[in-house]
Amino acid sequence: MELQTMIWLVVGASFALYFVIAIWSRAGSTSEFYVAGKGIHPVANGMATAADWMSAASFISMAGLIAFMGYGASAYLMGWTGGYVLLALLLAPYLRKFGKFTVPDFIGDRFYSQTARIVAVISLLVISLTYIVGQMTGVAVAFSRFLELDLFWGMVVGMAVVFSYTVLGGMKGITYTQIAQYVVLIFAYTVPAIFISLQLTGWFLPQIGLGATLSDGSGVHMLAKLNEVVTDLGFAEYTTNSSFGMLNIFLLTMALMIGTAGLPHVIVRFFTVPKVRDARKSAGWALVFIAILYTTAPAVGAMAIYNLAKTVHTGENITDNQTLAYEERPEWVKNWENTGLLKFEDKNGDGNIQFYNDKNKEFTPVAESYGWAGNELNVNRDIMVLANPEIANLPNWVIALVAAGGIAAALSTAAGLLLVISSSISHDLLKGVFVKNISEKNELLAGRIAMTFAILLAGYLGLNPPGFAAQTVALAFGLAASSLFPALMMGIFYKKMNRQGAVAGMLAGLGITVFYIFMYKGFLFIPGTNLLPDTVDGWILGISPQGFGTIGAIINVTVAMIVAKNTAETPQEIQDMVESVRVPRS
Amino acid sequence: MEISENKKAYWQANVKLLFFCLAIWFTVSFGFGIILVDVLNHISLGGYPLGFWFAQQGSIYTFIALIFFYTWKMNKIDKQFDVHEE
Repeated sequence: MELQTMIWLVVGASFALYFVIAIWSRAGSTSEFYVAGKGIHPVANGMATAADWMSAASFISMAGLIAFMGYGASAYLMGWTGGYVLLALLLAPYLRKFGKFTVPDFIGDRFYSQTARIVAVISLLVISLTYIVGQMTGVAVAFSRFLELDLFWGMVVGMAVVFSYTVLGGMKGITYTQIAQYVVLIFAYTVPAIFISLQLTGWFLPQIGLGATLSDGSGVHMLAKLNEVVTDLGFAEYTTNSSFGMLNIFLLTMALMIGTAGLPHVIVRFFTVPKVRDARKSAGWALVFIAILYTTAPAVGAMAIYNLAKTVHTGENITDNQTLAYEERPEWVKNWENTGLLKFEDKNGDGNIQFYNDKNKEFTPVAESYGWAGNELNVNRDIMVLANPEIANLPNWVIALVAAGGIAAALSTAAGLLLVISSSISHDLLKGVFVKNISEKNELLAGRIAMTFAILLAGYLGLNPPGFAAQTVALAFGLAASSLFPALMMGIFYKKMNRQGAVAGMLAGLGITVFYIFMYKGFLFIPGTNLLPDTVDGWILGISPQGFGTIGAIINVTVAMIVAKNTAETPQEIQDMVESVRVPRS
Repeated sequence: MEISENKKAYWQANVKLLFFCLAIWFTVSFGFGIILVDVLNHISLGGYPLGFWFAQQGSIYTFIALIFFYTWKMNKIDKQFDVHEE
């Protein structure tokens, strides 16, 4: 069957499935709308959490990052998984015991302060809105690349699908759709990886294949050969590449871990399980389902960069200086050239393609001795996963599956974000602050209206992505790490933390982190307004803006402690509340 | 009064277990995967340099084991202090 028809069929079938789930799981109460009636089985919730968490960035971009950064990308792998340990041990069970609907609910009640509640809502909205822009752009790109739809209509279809199950079903609809989306995306990710691992190493599991010998009869280990290939092309050694230095890998890993644990759309997933002990267990299952993708990604990245280098440099060794003639390039190169994500420029006019690191000055003499006049292949990192099935000559249905998987990853995360955005408006702001005596029916209606507006806004931002979309990941994680996570932690583990301390801490952490990021990325990300150059030399004490969330969190805790020590003690009923949150049954 | 003593002991048992688990969490990721990575890379695990393996594979497997260990241990502690659900 022709590829295009196949893609329409597979993506269409997955959409039909999401629609059916949407109609079947309509929400009737605010509890069903916000937390799926607290009746989700912990394993099912684990799977939904995995889909909720793994976004277009995890599915599409992460393997590309690993391919080009090697060991240096470990911060993302450890950071985006290690956060679940913190979530399971330090937050999820206690917040589940608290038993309300949202993260600002807890912060507002625990710190007996509407100011704290509003600061939490603002952090939540900034985090979730910046995060959702990336998802909607991902949906639009997937639609236009794979379905060859106009970007606008691609977005309209995507919004209609999301609308059907989020607005009707709320958390209940989202949960069951996310489970279906997890299945789609994990198949789409692992099937090509397994095929490629089999081709290169003969091992079925990519996790084993990456550490095995190549099946070309040379008896050389995959990673040893890859190290040789990339260093011969002037890149840093794959398994030790760490251009940011140890301090920044450390800080970035920590910022991503505590940022992950502080992301509201992840935390609320643990409000949907029936019991405290289910919240603990569910976090374990979530990490199992996440790890299936996250332990496969290093193999996908390494094998993709290996395949790419070997496609272009055809000799046994790179030093043989045999390169691929442009006229003889494989079909997948032509396909991706059409999208503009892969570009060839014949700098030395020999009609062949050379791919190497022309920014490495020490390597320049070697390249010149080969007659190379600069890197001629410009590869967008994001195509590593999407082009994988084509690089490995896999059948059309696998390519169609990858398309459906990328869309599933983006849609499932978008839905989770939309829910926390709408509940922070209808529940935390309307019911919590402005219209305290709102009826349940009206609150539910307000939730649905807020959701609809959030979808329209997200769609608009997806179509007209602000230029800073790529920078916002640092912002989202930095904010979650420096404001929400420390506030939640202290709320549970430090009974004496009072209103003044928590508010001052959150504002200090938030303020300094936003300022530090803007100082390097430009104020409100407006180009040219940065105060210092965003390079290793420009960073204060060598600390990168991405990893600054860790410092922000430390400042948050320090300020909160000092203020709390010098202000009125926490009221007794709040201390009693903390006591009761700490035990599963009381 | 007796009830609150029991709660206090329960919380102390929990915090002790938390410190133990977080020490392992820190060791496998920040310790083996970052600080000691160069030293461990002298050892191989199949074709993986060990430090690299911890950074991109081993730490993740340990995280999973750690959460299930904590869950199992906490369920026992919950029962021991009679604060378990149902």
